[in-house]
Amino acid sequence: MDWMSLQDISPDQVVFWQWGWVKINATIVFTWIVMAFMVIGSWIITRRLTSETRISRWQNLLEILVKGMWKEITEISEQESHSHLYFVGTLFLFILVSNLLLLVPGYIAPTASLSTTAALALCVFISVPVYGIMSRGFWGYLKQYVQPTVFMLPFNVMGELSRTLALAVRLFGNIMSGMKIAAILLALVPLIFPVVMHALGLLTGVIQAYIFAVLAMVYISSASRAREERERETGESKRI
Amino acid sequence: MDSVTLIGMGSAISAGLTIGIGAIGPAIGEGRAVAQGLASIAQQPDETSTITRTLFVGLAMIESTAIYAFVVSMILLFANPFWNWAVENAGG
Repeated sequence: MDWMSLQDISPDQVVFWQWGWVKINATIVFTWIVMAFMVIGSWIITRRLTSETRISRWQNLLEILVKGMWKEITEISEQESHSHLYFVGTLFLFILVSNLLLLVPGYIAPTASLSTTAALALCVFISVPVYGIMSRGFWGYLKQYVQPTVFMLPFNVMGELSRTLALAVRLFGNIMSGMKIAAILLALVPLIFPVVMHALGLLTGVIQAYIFAVLAMVYISSASRAREERERETGESKRI
Repeated sequence: MDSVTLIGMGSAISAGLTIGIGAIGPAIGEGRAVAQGLASIAQQPDETSTITRTLFVGLAMIESTAIYAFVVSMILLFANPFWNWAVENAGG
């Protein structure tokens, strides 16, 4: 918490180095630190992958993570699609690591800045039409917007935009509030309470990472699922 | 009372009211959701994992409104554009 004072509401305001209009602020620095940590860590662990019975504990950890994500994603989407795992799994792992690294003193979570969370929510917003068109075709996906009746078109569009905004603000608000409360308590009662609030902040970080990934998966699968159901229905009606 | 004082007073009072009133609704909603979730787990203990997962997703959605109120309160306290404008033009 050394770089951000109590007055700053977001790591965007802590500028390390500036040249013209190019600003290197704390958000960018810590995002790159998280990315370097994840890439170098997983490269070191997967250098010697083995499928024997005795595997190293780090490979075991990675396998548990990937298996857990795969189970959740297939349960929500009811189909085995690896491209869903790549996108949603990356979202989950990035948010999880950037929230868990709050353990390190002096670290500012990049998800505590509205820029990062807005960028992640934009990725989800763009990916929903991409997955929808990939699985239902262009007109099949667009027909979804006029689904019950054509008067629902503005409501569907507004709903899509507002849930993207909600994704961004939910993650930003949770992480920023955790850091702010810890900072304020440190200024007031530095003995025991900051530790409790810090632990609560870590728990919230993990839950919010899970929520973000699960909601992204629910939005993607709701835009690309109904075709299989309709095929099942028409198949059954043909049998009758 | 000049405008700088009024703006500061208004921001502080509304920041407190925002988070105070804004946290009531979500708290009541989350309490009811958890109560219903516990009743479902008591009725069907083998579905605990599905119920727990759905419960957490629902709680996060309910929590969002409290988070919106908190973000507005933080903006009023820390990144207040009216206060910044008033402080800039207070020299005259």
